[in-house]
Amino acid sequence: MSEHVLETERSGGLRGISDVLWRNPRLVIFLLLAPPALWLGIVYLGSLFALLAQSFFSIDEFSGLIQYELTLKTYRELFTPANFDIIVRTVVMSACVTIAAAIIAFPIAYFAARYAKGKWKALFYIGVMLPLWSSYLVKVYSWKLILAKEGILNWLFETLHLSWLLNAYLSIPVIGGNSLSVSATGTFLVFLYVWLPFMVLPIQASLERVPASMLEASGDLGASPRQTFRHVLLPLALPGVIAGSIFTFSLTLGDYIIPQIVGTSRRFIGQAVYSYQGTAGNIPLAAAFAVVPIVIMAFYLWVAKRKGAFDAL
Amino acid sequence: MRSDRAPLGLKIAAGAGLAFMHLPIVLIFIYAFTTEDKSYQWPPPGLTTKWLAVTWNRPDVWEALSLSLRVAAISTAIALVLGTLCAAAVSRSKFFGREAISLMVILPIALPGIVTGISLRSAFHLADIPFSFWTIVLGHATFCVVVVYNNAVARFRRTSGSLIEASMDLGADGFQTFRHVILPNISTALLAGGMLAFALSFDEVIVTTFTAGQQQTLPIWMLEELVRPRERPVTNVVAMMVALVTLLPILGAYYLTRGTDTVAGQGK
Repeated sequence: MSEHVLETERSGGLRGISDVLWRNPRLVIFLLLAPPALWLGIVYLGSLFALLAQSFFSIDEFSGLIQYELTLKTYRELFTPANFDIIVRTVVMSACVTIAAAIIAFPIAYFAARYAKGKWKALFYIGVMLPLWSSYLVKVYSWKLILAKEGILNWLFETLHLSWLLNAYLSIPVIGGNSLSVSATGTFLVFLYVWLPFMVLPIQASLERVPASMLEASGDLGASPRQTFRHVLLPLALPGVIAGSIFTFSLTLGDYIIPQIVGTSRRFIGQAVYSYQGTAGNIPLAAAFAVVPIVIMAFYLWVAKRKGAFDAL
Repeated sequence: MRSDRAPLGLKIAAGAGLAFMHLPIVLIFIYAFTTEDKSYQWPPPGLTTKWLAVTWNRPDVWEALSLSLRVAAISTAIALVLGTLCAAAVSRSKFFGREAISLMVILPIALPGIVTGISLRSAFHLADIPFSFWTIVLGHATFCVVVVYNNAVARFRRTSGSLIEASMDLGADGFQTFRHVILPNISTALLAGGMLAFALSFDEVIVTTFTAGQQQTLPIWMLEELVRPRERPVTNVVAMMVALVTLLPILGAYYLTRGTDTVAGQGK
């Protein structure tokens, strides 16, 4: 390069440093990476490993003190009926939220990817971006307003003379309850609302890459729209759906605020972690509970990677 | 021939989906002006701007807001530095452990917030670090890095290496090249990433509940009101305020990066 020609001009501190850096690209990489790697390595990974380590300790049942001996006793506690129930409930909820989000998100993403042009495309984009980035708590709060007994949803059912329908629905065990704001359905609705935007963008990204000619070819060859969707569009959009589901699934798994504000008294993994580490002071069990979403997500990410979902992110 | 008309069913489904995503937020803006102060009654019996003034005179709201803004500003600054450095290294070259580095950056946001929160809390406990302003910042900066990183790495990939080489050929040293060639190229991406990081930090509650101790950021203030409602009208106004504060950086980030192939904010 130019080093030789300019050799005579180059002198002084900064230039000298600059030249050394130019000759040693490895040094540059090292210098660039050191601060973020140190920060994330110490602050984040360090804490994560500290947490993992604590899950192998146990708590003495009589004194309530943590015993610093390696044991799998705490993990066995996860499989007691009460705790295992919490895990199953959370996973089922995450799965339901993910499926519902995919169903609602697909038409939005498909319309935005294939039909929206120019101004409409921008509008759709902002229309998904705003709810995605607007405040989590504000979104949860808005549903507290909606689901309240005196709130807009009950008002709507009453005005339409459909209260009997709502009451019939609420009398169904498990998903029903005294009112929507203290039912599992309420929790589900809030989860769905809060995580839905995370599903739209990855699906849209994968649909943008499907050539329209492929869909037309399928139609020309005699497929009905339903068949085209089932055999052409859906398989091609699947990586996007899986990528979106990583977010909806992971976020639902770890949330402890939504079920605390809207829903029944039955607990989710996040709430269990929070209460065990807080009032109960049982850090080992809280840590073991926190490992559950990590393991589930690791498995989920492994499957997603095999399906090529990361290209759609 | 390509048909450009969307089927009616698709239009309705897409429109309804978008409406579902926006109507609840509109409600927040209406409730901020309701005269009802004991319940969440709909329709509001009357409209008033009284609660704006009441909220304005509340020192606890101001304190929480100021703490949130300071935390967000410092976390964003740290995230900007760390995220840019990381993006520069990863996009510049291939090196051993490159995949591991990008995984490490994404991990704090890929794993549920509660895992990040409880890890940090137990680490503070083990290391005997008392909760303070800085423990909140430590948590926030960690998950804000990824937002800056994502924006910066996309822009670095688009910045052609020949520009940098040309600058060096013309006699600029590495620092001058950075100042006059690289920085102007990536500045909008950094600004967009910074805005998104700011919005993310300003709004964060899950990790913060684990790292905050006694201090209240605005989201924590809101959370307390959500769990045990005491002053609904003030909460309504604060909710509207938070919605507005997060709205502006997002629109800003969008306008800064629109028209490029990677618009800011696609992943949170």
